[in-house]
Amino acid sequence: MRNVIKYSILTLAGAAILGVTGPAPGYAQELTVTSWGGAYSMSQRKAYYEPFTKEFGITVLEDEWDGSMSKVRAMVDTGNYVTHLIDAETSDVLEGCDEGTLEEIDYSRLGGRDRFIPGAALDCGVGTITWSTIYAYDGDVFPEGGPRPTTIADLFDVEKFPGPRALYRDPDPLLEFALMADGVPMDQIFSTLETEEGIDRAFAKLDELKPHVKVWWTAGAQPPQLLADKEVVMATAWNGRIFNAVKNEGKNFVIVWDGQILDMDYWVIPKGHPEVDLAYKFIEFASRPEVMGNQSKYISYGPTVSAAVPFIDPAILKDLPTAPANTKNYLNANVEFWADHSEELRERLEAWLQK
Amino acid sequence: MAATTSTAEMIQTDDGVPLKLKLARAERMRKLGAFALVAPLLLFLVVTFISPIFSMLSLSVKNDVIPDALPETAALIQEWDGTGLPSPAVFRAFTIELAAAKKIKIHGKIGKRLNYEISGFRSLVKKTARKLPPPETSDAEIIDAFIAIDKRWGKTDYWNTIKRSSPQYTAFYLLTALDKRMDAQGNIVQAPEKTTIYVHMLVQTVWMSAIVTLLCLILGFPVSFLIATLPTRKSNILLMLVLLPFWTSLLVRTTAWVVLLQTEGLVNDLAVLLGFWDERIQLIHNRIGVYVAMVHILLPFMVLPIFSVMKGIPPSHYRAALSLGSNPLQSFIKVYLPQTIPGVGAGVLLVFIISLGYYITPALVGGPKDQMLSFFIALNTNVTVNWGLAAALSVVLLAVVMVFFTLYNRLVGIDNLKLN
Repeated sequence: MRNVIKYSILTLAGAAILGVTGPAPGYAQELTVTSWGGAYSMSQRKAYYEPFTKEFGITVLEDEWDGSMSKVRAMVDTGNYVTHLIDAETSDVLEGCDEGTLEEIDYSRLGGRDRFIPGAALDCGVGTITWSTIYAYDGDVFPEGGPRPTTIADLFDVEKFPGPRALYRDPDPLLEFALMADGVPMDQIFSTLETEEGIDRAFAKLDELKPHVKVWWTAGAQPPQLLADKEVVMATAWNGRIFNAVKNEGKNFVIVWDGQILDMDYWVIPKGHPEVDLAYKFIEFASRPEVMGNQSKYISYGPTVSAAVPFIDPAILKDLPTAPANTKNYLNANVEFWADHSEELRERLEAWLQK
Repeated sequence: MAATTSTAEMIQTDDGVPLKLKLARAERMRKLGAFALVAPLLLFLVVTFISPIFSMLSLSVKNDVIPDALPETAALIQEWDGTGLPSPAVFRAFTIELAAAKKIKIHGKIGKRLNYEISGFRSLVKKTARKLPPPETSDAEIIDAFIAIDKRWGKTDYWNTIKRSSPQYTAFYLLTALDKRMDAQGNIVQAPEKTTIYVHMLVQTVWMSAIVTLLCLILGFPVSFLIATLPTRKSNILLMLVLLPFWTSLLVRTTAWVVLLQTEGLVNDLAVLLGFWDERIQLIHNRIGVYVAMVHILLPFMVLPIFSVMKGIPPSHYRAALSLGSNPLQSFIKVYLPQTIPGVGAGVLLVFIISLGYYITPALVGGPKDQMLSFFIALNTNVTVNWGLAAALSVVLLAVVMVFFTLYNRLVGIDNLKLN
């Protein structure tokens, strides 16, 4: 009797293992895409991954990362590719390209560089969204009818708009905001930051605000959470995250577009990936005007293909970083500057935070 | 007769071999047998633990970017005395090798490495790589050609930086980890005040770990005592409660504290309701939050070793002391406490060393002034991908641990360490 039980358990186990690891029925392709998670990934899922699967029958696996280029480098160095595509920021694209970690894009497979807006067709990255860093405030703390922050200088004005703030723990865009608030014109921001006096000036402005900064956030999901928890009254944030909190969670946050810093995200492919064609297939699909325009239905980031503009959901046009009403006083991100100076200025910032 | 005893001869066994020799041989065989049993584990540890750590730590002094990418330039520039500008031969070697580097796309790494020393080097190298003069350029013209690309090539500092970064091994990362720099003359000087972080961070890390260890000891000792002296059934339940936090992920536990300790969170709500304090206190994003969360996570590490040792202390010792006339407090201090030292020592060492390496918890529940050194190790490993600096900071932290371990050994004694 015992033997029978033992043998039947063994057989069942063996069958189970074979069933799980045995040859799959037919060769179903899979594409892995790495992005930032949260509301942003949700919008990509609805606008890109699900339609892609529907059209090509290829399953899309989602992965998350936090911008650590070290993982991409490790992937390429060891030849152990865990993802086909990564949604990367401008600085990572430029650095990865310089260091040979990313594939150089062949734009002839994507309809040519001219389809894309200026700055979106990088050597190693295909632009996917335009987004910006802004600051938002709690609409309950500064209600309509009373004084409300409208300019970037108001973020630093603790007398007119008192309350704790949350700022991104990164010299970029902290120092640009500080100089803007101190009255430096937009076209002189980066030339000022090149000089020692300019850097001192930015930190002097930040010294005024420092006692009121409650949290120095490091993850994109923190600012809307901190505002919702009433821990802070103002926070710098990525515009899409705030938009998501307002639209999908009914929060009363208000974005201040004055002084916004415009940037882009890009699709990149780790260098030497064996299934590069699959990656191109996805990028080609995601760069179709009607597909890209569809993403605006789910999140307030703008398209990088000029022909996509007519496909944008009209209800969301006013919430896009590139809307005319929002680009009265903005700054384009200057990645070249930060490629040179981010290490030095990050050290300065960390040392300043300790004092 | 099995053995002859004589003060003049050594004791011998049946076959005439001295007993001492036979004993030594038997001991050796026993030790060899024990080693053979441990050998697989030792091999596993060496391969998966010790050699990766050594190779990581060696990154703190390795400097192979420039020697690998620009070998000729690196060799030639060593002959330069560091004043004025290097010879045209250096410029020529640099032209040839930078062009080759650009072809295989490693010129970015060169710029990045040099950028650590002088900001702006990265774009300088990129720009120069695009506009390099041809190698056939004459000696007389090549230096001017470089300066025409960018004035900075006419500055001694920039070439000195390349010279300093040319050897295979460098002290640059270790110096940075200790807030020092090497100036143009090669002397070691303190880094500018505005950028000194790491030494302060190290001191802060050690201090915070010490406080957390002390708090764990104060809170953990009574708990261990209780568990050790209660009857088995009750103590099992208590032990399980102590171990319960291990069943949830570290991140979940840490973020749970965020929810509890927020200004509008549960603790403040309750406290205001019960009248403990009127105004809500900030319990998180400051030192209090860090201590609370870290003690919560590290308490089991203190309780378990102490409890195990206490379990082995016969209660009769304490009773004997009482019966011999000392009062309860004296008996406890003079008889019971010294026997718990091995467990306390183990717990303190464990908690201290673990908390030295913590960075996720302070990062999530602490303010900017409450970070530990490991935060920068993680930052340099993941975000800035400056593995040399990350390794150097790890070396510093390891050195501190070694110092404390030696101190501990002197005070408590490594042989006095008991985990059961």
